[in-house]
Amino acid sequence: MRLIDILDRITRPLLLLLVMSVDRILTLIQGRVGIDKMGYFFVLPNLLIFGIFVLFPMLLNLYYAMTGGTKLFPADRPFVGLDNFATLFDCDDFLSPNSCQEDLFWRGIFNTIQFVVLQVSAIVLFSLLTALALNRRIIARGFFRSVFFYPVLLSPVVVALIWKWVLQYEGVLNAIVELFGGESMRWLLDTNWAMFWVVFVSVWALMGFYTLILLAGLQSIPPELYEASSIDGANTWQDFRFVTMPLLMPTMFVVLVLSLIRAVQMFDHIFVLTGGGPGTRTQLMVQYIYTTGFSNQIQLFGLSAAASMVLGVSLLILTLLQLRLGNQSSLA
Amino acid sequence: MSAERISVSQFLSLRSGGKGINTSDVLTYLYLTVGTILMFGPVLWLFASSFKTQAGLLKYPPPLLPYQQVQVEVEGYDDPLPLFNVTMEDGSARELAQARRVGIEAQMVDPADPGAERIKVNISQREPVEEVKLAWENYLDPLIEIDYFDFITYLKNSVLVTTVATAITLVINSMAAFALSKYRFKGRDAIFVLFISTLMIPITVILVPVFLVITSIGWKNNLWGVIIPGAATPTGIFLLRQYMLTIPDELLDAARIDGGSEWHIYWRIILPLARPALAVLAIFSVMWRWNDFLWPLIVLSQNDYFTLQVGLNAFQGELQIQWHYVLAMTVVTLLPITLVFAFLQRFITTGIATTGMK
Repeated sequence: MRLIDILDRITRPLLLLLVMSVDRILTLIQGRVGIDKMGYFFVLPNLLIFGIFVLFPMLLNLYYAMTGGTKLFPADRPFVGLDNFATLFDCDDFLSPNSCQEDLFWRGIFNTIQFVVLQVSAIVLFSLLTALALNRRIIARGFFRSVFFYPVLLSPVVVALIWKWVLQYEGVLNAIVELFGGESMRWLLDTNWAMFWVVFVSVWALMGFYTLILLAGLQSIPPELYEASSIDGANTWQDFRFVTMPLLMPTMFVVLVLSLIRAVQMFDHIFVLTGGGPGTRTQLMVQYIYTTGFSNQIQLFGLSAAASMVLGVSLLILTLLQLRLGNQSSLA
Repeated sequence: MSAERISVSQFLSLRSGGKGINTSDVLTYLYLTVGTILMFGPVLWLFASSFKTQAGLLKYPPPLLPYQQVQVEVEGYDDPLPLFNVTMEDGSARELAQARRVGIEAQMVDPADPGAERIKVNISQREPVEEVKLAWENYLDPLIEIDYFDFITYLKNSVLVTTVATAITLVINSMAAFALSKYRFKGRDAIFVLFISTLMIPITVILVPVFLVITSIGWKNNLWGVIIPGAATPTGIFLLRQYMLTIPDELLDAARIDGGSEWHIYWRIILPLARPALAVLAIFSVMWRWNDFLWPLIVLSQNDYFTLQVGLNAFQGELQIQWHYVLAMTVVTLLPITLVFAFLQRFITTGIATTGMK
């Protein structure tokens, strides 16, 4: 508290001076342009940063995707038209990544699809179960809610390190497995298990967020409906099937869309946990974009930008699908 | 209806009966208990492990608590000696300190009688004497120096990025939200839609061009390069605008009649009234920035500019992972967020939950 007081004493006069001088200048401008036009002034700083670091790059990305070479500055880059896309989509057989020129890209796509399907269904299932459990009349509800939500706040690097430590060969998981008569595994180096753990860890880290959303959805269902259904003699399953599920559907839809969009962009957790390995087993699309453009010896910015556009288009499709379906479900 | 069907359906039920404990209650608590172990166990395990010595971490199966071998001061020796339980030839057991070890033979001294002749035993005949002791050095060494891991610098960078970025975000987002909710000017709705339409477009999609902009400005390996690009968050604008729409326009008009300038209205009326929404955005922003990884990883390639997350990743990626340090520093990294959560827990969870509630 003392430190804050001291800081406050120092910064307050400075801040006041700044605010007052801004006020002076703005009053002058306001006198000239009128009140409503002041809106432009207030929106300007945000618009400027947005324009320079979001809007302009979005347009520039298109140009990058159509240029080649390894130089960063656009003027040094030869225009190659759609070559980068041709390279990405150069496959004898689209179902087998080995037949593609950029096999890593296609492996990334297939891994991403597999990851998204597994992760999103696990998240929807477990956050629904948890939300239903937390919505009951239970002791220590706040405690349990916090426990399930806590990992959401942890950084992906921290989450990955926690699990890397648990899963390592001489780690606590193997000790437990041996205790029950199983055999030790190198969990993150096994081609089958690596994907399982990547999904598991990301569900562990993210499900609390969706649980909260579903819990809010459950709590907004009016209790009178359950009273009515119990008068009608409905059992708990019928309660769930005919009251809870239909009313929870919009919330479920939100959870589905949000987790889907999040899953497609997955990178941090996996990068630290497995680095995309073993081999390329858990390398997803974003990691391909990062590796191609930034961490490889030869930085292929064009290819990276082209791949990021493929990702962008997938996200766009998902968003549009959401709008479309969202409208339909609200009409129904 | 089969027994299993009943229990599953009761588990899915929203209301417990309220008459004693039934199957569905048992199942609920079972699920929550297993869940708690799964969700919180690994974090506790990290915490417990972070207090083990480098040697202690190599033990398998790993003990729950951090044990260390007892060291004793023995007269005539400069350094403390490790203490062992030795099984003697005659089957009796003695506590002896090891003075020297040659191959499989250890030379032991009796701490109580250091002058006596050394006792030679086979190393298989002795077991280390251990006690529970916290290896604080895991936490303290990185503060002084480890090669390639300058913790203090990373911490400083992370704190700087988090606070400055959050301050900038709060100011520019609230200004924009004020303009978009309280003024009528040409292009207002277009600007709002433009901001909001990027909600679903992550920086992942525009890595290369943003990197070019940063490089052109000269912000590569500069914390500004991490701070500024993400400052104009669409989430913040949306959140604040929705909140500011609920502030009655009459308040603004009254201030105008009193001769207050627009800036005065923003600073003295809008900001104080929007405090709850600003608090929510501040918490979000702190979390985003503290935990941010991919973008700092691209912008910062020199050790001196690493944030905690990037530094931690580089440190754990070395060939020989120094787990005792990595674990301790992971705990330090998750500590601020955990403290924020502990104090604002009710606020954060109900904050997210109540948006769906009335």
